[in-house]
Amino acid sequence: MDAQFWTYLFVGVTFALYISIAIISKAGSTKEFYIAGSGVHPLANGMATAADWMSAASFISMAGLIAFMGFSGGQFLMGWTGGYVLLALLLAPYLRKFGKYTVPDFIGERYYSKNARLVALICALFVSFTYVVGQMKGVGVAFARFLDVPYDTGVLIGIGIVFFYAVLGGMKGITYTQVAQYCILIFAFTVPAIFISLQFTGNFFPQMGLGSRTNDGVFLLEQLNQLTLDLGFDQYTQVNKQNLTNMFFITAALMFGTAGLPHVIVRFFTVPKVRHARLSAGWALLFIAILYTTAPAVAAFARTNIIHTVSEQPYEYLPQWFKNWEGTGLLSYEDKNNDGLVQYRADASANELTVDRDIIVLANPEIANLPPWVIGLVVAGGLAAALSTAAGLLLVISTSISHDLLKKNLRPNISEKNELWAARISIAVAVVGAGLAGLNPPGFVAEVVALAFGLAASSFFPAIILGIFDKRMNREGAVTGMISGIVFTMCYIVYFKPQLGGIGTPEGYWWGISPEGIGTLGMLINFIVAVSVSRLTTKPSQKIQALTESIRYPKGAGKPKEIQIR
Amino acid sequence: MNHKKVYWKQNLKYLAILLSIWFGVSFLCGILLADFLNQFYLGGFPLGFWFAHQGSIYVFVCLIFVYVYLMNRLDKKYHLDEG
Repeated sequence: MDAQFWTYLFVGVTFALYISIAIISKAGSTKEFYIAGSGVHPLANGMATAADWMSAASFISMAGLIAFMGFSGGQFLMGWTGGYVLLALLLAPYLRKFGKYTVPDFIGERYYSKNARLVALICALFVSFTYVVGQMKGVGVAFARFLDVPYDTGVLIGIGIVFFYAVLGGMKGITYTQVAQYCILIFAFTVPAIFISLQFTGNFFPQMGLGSRTNDGVFLLEQLNQLTLDLGFDQYTQVNKQNLTNMFFITAALMFGTAGLPHVIVRFFTVPKVRHARLSAGWALLFIAILYTTAPAVAAFARTNIIHTVSEQPYEYLPQWFKNWEGTGLLSYEDKNNDGLVQYRADASANELTVDRDIIVLANPEIANLPPWVIGLVVAGGLAAALSTAAGLLLVISTSISHDLLKKNLRPNISEKNELWAARISIAVAVVGAGLAGLNPPGFVAEVVALAFGLAASSFFPAIILGIFDKRMNREGAVTGMISGIVFTMCYIVYFKPQLGGIGTPEGYWWGISPEGIGTLGMLINFIVAVSVSRLTTKPSQKIQALTESIRYPKGAGKPKEIQIR
Repeated sequence: MNHKKVYWKQNLKYLAILLSIWFGVSFLCGILLADFLNQFYLGGFPLGFWFAHQGSIYVFVCLIFVYVYLMNRLDKKYHLDEG
């Protein structure tokens, strides 16, 4: 039985599992809640949050990027985990005490303003939409290879599947579905990593394997450093000194963005008590860390393996996986010097091998000659990661439109039936729109997603933090801050991303900061504008100040909010 | 000073300490000082590389659990917990 058989089997079985969970939990109650409430154990809630959080970017894309970036890839590892520390220490418990149910809701109440709510809402839509685009590309890459179709067709199939999933009720009973998705994705990610770690180093734990000696008695990283050096690249573990400022900014943008992402924050409104909000963030990060500490090992193994199996080998005798991936257009070989060998070099004029980073995790089991069922498992895992995140994001998009925009802003008298339709239509538009954008995304999955984080960091993080820690912060400050932060960040991104029609070149980057890291600067601008403007305008009322004071103390927190999915 | 003020001050002190560690392991050890630290080894790992790819993540997880422990204790001490 070949990989294709196993892919169909695993994808089919897991998909059926998600839909059945949705149907079963629907039968349990007449209304469907985005619960993480008293019925769900904090551990299960942590798993669901982890699945919600880890997307196609974490699963499919990140290890591949690290494999080719080496040391600098640490920005994704630190950036996407460090944000949870901020979330647990600075946001989650206070937001839980405040007791609202979406981020625009918090902003609207704390800053006593419909306009503030509207600005937050628009920011939430932008952030979530950009993030969904990343998921669509991930799904597209997976399907392209395993259904043997070009990438574009893969994305179109992806649109169909996510759409089908959302409409069929994949978002109902979302907490339980996400627990299942976490189990599948973490199993799918670690199994091949363990196999390969055993093959390479005899060490069961990939985290330890990364620092161990390979079977020839040399440390893996030392060997990889030598291999990369020989081909003209920087050594794998070497610090890229010209890139340090940029790495600093990207890491910070990812961290602060994590702490400002609407679909993550929403999780902490729904836990039973304030202390559970803190603990919940801890469990979530622990579950996330399992994947995030495995990924750098996968990256190093994959890079070593590719160099060993491809570099200087005759093209004709390359293994089957190479030919398979060529079919998707995501891997290509051009025999520049007509010697029939594959020259893989840092020097662009001599290099003959082009690899899309996003294929590494999916191709890894094939490259390492693992049994075909592992390959099917990995595809199912990637799909689980993409679907769980897409569902969380679509939930934010649909509640933003139906609840925050229509019900609270434009049409307070909207009937329940129409609210339901508005939610459905916004999901449909978001999926199709994101899919089409995914056909020509501005970069690799992880990079597209990184842009969403920059937007979140530059808009929400300061508004929420100041709303909690600064009693003097008022409506005028928060609104001008959010607008200046996100507008600055968007302009910089659009200007420097050729795929978005930008005319800037990397030479023009301010202090060498690439668009993925500019959210940090946007955030600083937001902070400065918000604080200055608030000091020049009137104080918030006594009532609001008292409210801000009260969220500092856990005592007296209300019941958790339940979020209805219609 | 009333007990709520003392509670809040103590909370801010915890935050300052824990966030300094957070900044130290990632932005300092994992980025700015990584090149210097790479001359030391932890098994097969150059140390700076280890912080960027492994160590900081382990520390992050510990930080949150330490914070949970400290705050639960503090809530109880000042009777500000939810019971």
